[in-house]
Amino acid sequence: MSIWEYANPKKFITTTERVMPVLWAAAAVCIVGGLIWGFFFTGDEVRQGATVKIIYLHVPTAMLAINIWVMMLVTSLVWLVRRHHVSALAARAAAPIGMVMTLIALATGAIWGQPTWGTWWVWDPRLTSFLILFLFYLGYMALWEAIDDADTAADLTSFLCLVGSVFALLSRYAVNFWNQGLHQGASIMRVGAVIGTDTEEKVNNIYFYPLMLCILGFVLLFVALLFYRTGTEIRARRIKALLARERVMA
Amino acid sequence: MIALLMRDLRLAMRAGGGFGLGLAFFLIVTVMVPLSVGPQAALLGSIAPGVLWLGALLACLLSLDRLLALDWEDGSLDLLATAPLPLEAAVSVKALAHWITTGLPLVLAAPVLGVLLNLPVPGFKWVMISLLLGTPALSVIGTFGAALTVGLKRGGLLMSLLVMPLYMPTLIFGAEVARRGAIGMDIQTPLLMLAGISAASIALLPFASAAVLRINLR
Repeated sequence: MSIWEYANPKKFITTTERVMPVLWAAAAVCIVGGLIWGFFFTGDEVRQGATVKIIYLHVPTAMLAINIWVMMLVTSLVWLVRRHHVSALAARAAAPIGMVMTLIALATGAIWGQPTWGTWWVWDPRLTSFLILFLFYLGYMALWEAIDDADTAADLTSFLCLVGSVFALLSRYAVNFWNQGLHQGASIMRVGAVIGTDTEEKVNNIYFYPLMLCILGFVLLFVALLFYRTGTEIRARRIKALLARERVMA
Repeated sequence: MIALLMRDLRLAMRAGGGFGLGLAFFLIVTVMVPLSVGPQAALLGSIAPGVLWLGALLACLLSLDRLLALDWEDGSLDLLATAPLPLEAAVSVKALAHWITTGLPLVLAAPVLGVLLNLPVPGFKWVMISLLLGTPALSVIGTFGAALTVGLKRGGLLMSLLVMPLYMPTLIFGAEVARRGAIGMDIQTPLLMLAGISAASIALLPFASAAVLRINLR
């Protein structure tokens, strides 16, 4: 048993189809549960009032937006090193999901920023780097669409993902340097904030648990969507091959 | 390598003014800015470093499609790939030729256009220095983008979409050097970062460009 077994498209499809119903159900339970818990059973924040509750959409999508790119980087590397088609197709399948997550994070951020900062948009480093990330997703997807030959497209997009990751990281630090921000720093995954030893801004425990549930739900949703879309890509590739074979036979 | 460099340079000089085209574009962009934002001298002076950087970047970007596409069409890229010279070196030489024909004239023209934009006097030196350090990175990064899209029929727009995000760190640090220099602030940090980006791009990106080119030539 090793993970490379799932590089076989058939094995990948049969296995993912078995676990997908569970994933969909778990994602639905977590997201619906987390949102209801968050929206109706936690109090309003002292200064922000009810607007704070958009955190349950903003934070999970923002985390996914970054981590989906990292996942694409890993699968691109796997494709370049081991030439497993499922890996390349998974990267392709993940890109639109990542783009939508980036868009949701930007939109919810704007909706949150309007009442709390008094503006829809500022050129804050975090906001700017998310916009740049969005552009990277756009370019990556456009390159996939532009190239006819499947293997060439997989190779070229993998290289774009590798080089793009370096430059995306550089941009992150560049914009940090370029402008001071309004956005608060990392306040969920910081060790001190979680165990409550530091006194800086942190997310209160009341909001923390439903937020964790929402994050879990969104991650499950992403995995389910990813399996679904990768399966679709594999089947589309197979149909193409079958059609090509028929044309040769005829 | 030198033969290849001379060939590229000669082609750029003779074939339909590729040499001056980027420069003319730079001039036009710079002229358009006062027309669009108004002729107030103070406003122009404060945005001049950024405008010059953006103009130089766009001029670099638009001349990229000639970088590899012509050689791709007439088959000389296939010859280069099979030549004893490593493709990495050939790609580096092509980027160098692009820099000499596009980047270097931009650096030299920037102070003249700075006068048009009412650039503050201390800014002239730093705009030139930052462009001198930054345009090689723009050429090398652009070569990577050109190599990615060389096989496509209408790759120009797609290449812009791919290359522009990669240009962002260079633009941020380059324009920051020019802006800070113009108002007399400390420029050491962005200057070092800009130099670092250029050096790393020149050292590493030709390998990626050559790898991508091999995939496209397959």
